[in-house]
Amino acid sequence: MDKMLYVGMSGARQRMLALRSINNNLANATTTGFREDLNQFRSMPVYGPGYATRVYAMDERPGVSFAQGPLQHTGRELDLAIDGEGWFAVQAVDGSEAYTRNGNLNLGSGGLLMTGSGHLLMGDNGPIALPPAESISIGRDGTISIRPTGQTAQTLVEVGRIKLVNPPGEDLEKGDDGLMRTRNGADATMDINVRLHQGALEGSNVNAVQTMVEMINLQRQYEMQVKVMKTANDNAEAAESLLRIS
Amino acid sequence: MNPALWIAKSGLDAQQTRLNVVSNNLANVSTSGFKRARAVFEDLLYQNVRQVGAQTSQDTLLPSGLSLGTGVRTVATEKLHTQGNIVQTDNALDIAIQGRGFFQIQRPDGQIAYSRDGSFHLDAQGQLVTSNGYLLQPGIAIPENALSITIGVDGVVSVLVAGNAQPTQVGALQLADFVNPAGLEPVGENLFLETAASGAPQAGTPGQQGLGTVLQGSVESSNVNAVEELVNLIETQRAYEMNSKAISTTDQMLQYVTQNL
Repeated sequence: MDKMLYVGMSGARQRMLALRSINNNLANATTTGFREDLNQFRSMPVYGPGYATRVYAMDERPGVSFAQGPLQHTGRELDLAIDGEGWFAVQAVDGSEAYTRNGNLNLGSGGLLMTGSGHLLMGDNGPIALPPAESISIGRDGTISIRPTGQTAQTLVEVGRIKLVNPPGEDLEKGDDGLMRTRNGADATMDINVRLHQGALEGSNVNAVQTMVEMINLQRQYEMQVKVMKTANDNAEAAESLLRIS
Repeated sequence: MNPALWIAKSGLDAQQTRLNVVSNNLANVSTSGFKRARAVFEDLLYQNVRQVGAQTSQDTLLPSGLSLGTGVRTVATEKLHTQGNIVQTDNALDIAIQGRGFFQIQRPDGQIAYSRDGSFHLDAQGQLVTSNGYLLQPGIAIPENALSITIGVDGVVSVLVAGNAQPTQVGALQLADFVNPAGLEPVGENLFLETAASGAPQAGTPGQQGLGTVLQGSVESSNVNAVEELVNLIETQRAYEMNSKAISTTDQMLQYVTQNL
């Protein structure tokens, strides 16, 4: 069989994989703190004796976009958004430390602070438990101070500090649970320069228009690959009809 | 079938849920004591197609792998317990809570529910009940011959009885507070139920131990911000359209294959 057919087929298949990634970005266009997956194709030449006779394409996810998402003002005390670069440290299901931009916090049982998806938020000394509080204020650097219930406004108690990290982008990768982790598995150190906004949430950083354009682009590329497969088929038919003894 | 279709479908599902939540908020824009809700989304698991860092030969590594997401899901619809506006009604039995706390309401099955809706009425026995006729706990009965009812900021209810110049105290309102009000379960009728996440109720006198004060002649209106909900509505609609576009694109691609090969 003509190798051309397989080149076209793998090209179409890899574009379908890329479309999955793009559809996933679009599906998460309103997920708080979502980071858009980037997508790229790499050429994979097949070396025969002497020179590369054909080049396959391979779909890859080189990383995620670190662009800032829109800040949505909510006014809720436990809604936090990171201004600029940085990550919240949370405890993943397996107990390891992972990073997220989702600052939609809730109080769990025992007053433990957790994100909307149920991961414990890490402070400078492990998970943070808040005593019953009348009001909670979280400073720009993640310092949590509360006014305990029944106390006057003068009695503010500092209960801990949210662990905010800012490892270099190339050291981070997205895990299977959607949380970011360091590539070498070591916990990132606290960065005092990360800035927080209380009372706001960061939306998804998916650029919907750009994603739609990429989708159209992929669709046309896919059609071209199918065209290649069709041409391969036509060529084979033409060769067969020439050779046919009638 | 192609996973790309199902991923986009999960996006449609999520936006549909969000629309439900937004519609419910908008429908309750003038419900006393209503607390608005918000849908919380998270990305679904990722499928690791090609592991990053895998060996491509004895000495070389794959610099970036391929891991594909599988869509979005709604993790929760959470209630936002921010204070609603206080609306003056001048009705003696309208009570608004300023600050933390809930009224304790006895449901017909005997269970105690919690509410911020303070538009109370009197039943045939003169007891304070909600608009649905459920008793306020601890019960307060207003004597038949009461001329006027006064409720202090600390919840003390006193009445002026005909023929008596001195007001008589007939009871005191109590409020209950929770460590995590967002953990309460909304059950309709402006009522919430205690859950494991909310913590146990701590009842007390209004204005003490961090509880809010009560204000007679006012009700707390819904904390829904109509403008914000309308912006949410627009965002939801556009995100829905984009996901439906993703489905039709995937469909067209598959159709192109079946028609041209």
